[in-house]
Amino acid sequence: MTTRDVLFLGLSVIAAASAILAVTTKQLVHAALWLVTTLGALAGCYLILGAEVVALVQVLVYVGAVVVLVIFALMLTRAPIGRSPDLDHSWGHRLAGAVAAIAAAGLLGTVLVTAVGWQSAPVHSSPPAALAASLFGAWVLPFEVLSLLLLAALVAALVLTSQGREPE
Amino acid sequence: MIHLAFPLALAAVLAGAGIYGILVRRNAVLVLIGSELLLNAANLVIVTFDLAYRDRLHGGQVLAIFVVTIAAAEVTVALAVVLLLFRRRGDIDLRAARELAEERDQPSQRTFGGPA
Repeated sequence: MTTRDVLFLGLSVIAAASAILAVTTKQLVHAALWLVTTLGALAGCYLILGAEVVALVQVLVYVGAVVVLVIFALMLTRAPIGRSPDLDHSWGHRLAGAVAAIAAAGLLGTVLVTAVGWQSAPVHSSPPAALAASLFGAWVLPFEVLSLLLLAALVAALVLTSQGREPE
Repeated sequence: MIHLAFPLALAAVLAGAGIYGILVRRNAVLVLIGSELLLNAANLVIVTFDLAYRDRLHGGQVLAIFVVTIAAAEVTVALAVVLLLFRRRGDIDLRAARELAEERDQPSQRTFGGPA
């Protein structure tokens, strides 16, 4: 157990606990806030794994934009403050969902952990220059296609929200 | 040196939480939160394996950035749909919303581009 392992364990406890709280809490806005904690702890995990640019992008885009959009949506759909009793389906549905989720997590965890066993890998922090050379070198075509995807998402969101209003 | 089992176990737990959130929640925005957790679990797996295999092309980290970008685009469109659902129905309870398509005999109400 190296130092990085211990740090990673601490952050992963935070991430796992806030993820479980985000999907089980009875308060609507708290779920978005627990998601913030999860994503922040995951950014710390990426830092421990040496992926500095990914951690930066995670904080900037996920925590800074996606969660803000989620909170906007909660406000615009009149999310109630305080506990709401009807946020989940019936208890049978919840039991089936829990069985499915535990089975999926167990399957994924077993496959992945038995694939690597107790191997350890040296952590080398990749400088942004190397990542940029790769991003604009080998991966430039998906990068450009992604800009088209963002444009399509923007146009789609505009078209969708312009419907549903009465024409003047 | 980091043991690779820890990030992968965390990714499995996050994936399980995300799947539970998608299956069990009634509010559309909470389902979206579940899908974000699932995407983050996948991101963690590919960054871990990028570290394990010392990829010369840094494929894991670049793909992780791409996944974050795609998730942002997905959240944009998904929340536009949620807002539209709220405007039509007054709530975003997925149990009560059984019919998402527009009615066939009514043209969609667009406010741009002149008369329909």
